[in-house]
Amino acid sequence: MDFYNGQALLDLCEKENILISAAMKEREVTMGTLTGEEVDAKLVTVLEIMRNSSHRPIEKPGKSIGGLIGGEAKMVNEYGKTAQSIAGSMLSKAISYSMAVLEVNASMGLIVAAPTAGSSGVVPGVLMALQEEKNLTDDDLYKGLLNASAIGYILMRNASVSGAEAGCQAEVGAASAMAASAIVEIMGGTPKQCLTAAVLAMSNLLGLVCDPIAGLVESPCQSRNAIGVANAITSAELAMAGVTHPIPFDEMAEAMYRVGKSLPFELRETAMGGCAGTPTGCALGCAICGK
Amino acid sequence: MNFLSIFDVIGPNMIGPSSSHTAGAVAIALLARKMYGQPIKKVTFTLYGSFAKTYRGHGTDKALLGGTLGFHTDDERIRDAFEIANKMGVEYHFIPDEETVTNHPNTADIFFEDEDGHTLFVRGESIGGGKMKIVRINNIDVEFTGEYSTLIVQQVDKPGVVAHITQCLSLHNINIAFMRLFREDKGTTAFTVVESDQPIPRDILQYIKINPNVQDLMLIEM
Repeated sequence: MDFYNGQALLDLCEKENILISAAMKEREVTMGTLTGEEVDAKLVTVLEIMRNSSHRPIEKPGKSIGGLIGGEAKMVNEYGKTAQSIAGSMLSKAISYSMAVLEVNASMGLIVAAPTAGSSGVVPGVLMALQEEKNLTDDDLYKGLLNASAIGYILMRNASVSGAEAGCQAEVGAASAMAASAIVEIMGGTPKQCLTAAVLAMSNLLGLVCDPIAGLVESPCQSRNAIGVANAITSAELAMAGVTHPIPFDEMAEAMYRVGKSLPFELRETAMGGCAGTPTGCALGCAICGK
Repeated sequence: MNFLSIFDVIGPNMIGPSSSHTAGAVAIALLARKMYGQPIKKVTFTLYGSFAKTYRGHGTDKALLGGTLGFHTDDERIRDAFEIANKMGVEYHFIPDEETVTNHPNTADIFFEDEDGHTLFVRGESIGGGKMKIVRINNIDVEFTGEYSTLIVQQVDKPGVVAHITQCLSLHNINIAFMRLFREDKGTTAFTVVESDQPIPRDILQYIKINPNVQDLMLIEM
């Protein structure tokens, strides 16, 4: 049992009357090498790493190797608790958690690439905040992870999740689509609504370039993860409210891939354009790499 | 296309910051360590392309050293690889080479040596998402990933050696997934790389060694 695109996934869910998470687990057990128990055990480890990496820098901030980030997650988390907070509890927690993961990543700590290291904050940021705000169990989050991995798998297969190949829209964009779909399933939406949320998330970040200052996974990657979170939450909210998008999931995935391929190479992880290519970005690059 | 697992999407579990510059580097070095099979005394890393330019900011140096110390991609000791190597008395050097153009921008050479003259040269490429491949052993171009149980036979390029290897495997009921022969020049040294999706038992090595044209054997267990 396998599915190669979004439409096939929807057809399968409808025919079997199952959710996307169940379809993805079934696919793994029938087509891959893992048993259902092994999948469950690996999900426990994944969630544990996500929980640690999204919380540790808020309690104990540290500097990144390149020195461009460090301490931001704590600042955002604390500001979110004040009466002045603009974002509100759910969004404030989610963005601070996502930024925390990027701090762990940038200081050689343990993270889960989801789908990449550069976009590793989005999925845990959303899931951890949702758990706290909606009193969810870990089992709910495992379903969210399975659902997110189905979206990510289709994008890896039919498009790209590599910044070097297709820009940040492929990394944070994919992570945001994965997270949006996961939220919808956890909150009781249908598989169709999940894909709608993923389409909205992708279309909102279409064209986003990959322009890491000094070539490091620090800035603007950290705040891009926060945007990926906000975009996922917004897209899920729209889909749950019944808003649709005229473009089907598979066409949007292809559009994202084509846009990515048409980005000039300066804007695909080479640290030559965008933020990295500004005079200040270049100067920081020279200072960090010692040239 | 290879099967994409849930944990290829939500994964790998890795020490940051970069799957290609950090996790892939750990994987290359860990595989090189397994190929060397000797206690690590002295190791020299040469970094090319993007590795040479950004290795400090990506911790590629700690990742490579950590891999040769036997750490996996999710081992938090990688961050302290220098201190741990110093404590263990492992001598290490890094040579960034931005001039030489390699086939892949993320390439590293690893050269092991000890006082008894055991040496091994391995070149690896980090090809993205934490995946990598070994592309050179000593002076011979090869290609394998270490994702399978892998047997590497260094041999004199003479008739009958490959037949001998396959016969040994067949007698042990090992199903070969991939098998390739790599050589520099006709009649000199060659490498046979056998990959199997089942474990290759270590005791098979003594049978393969019987052939006088077999010079050295490396077994990478899963």
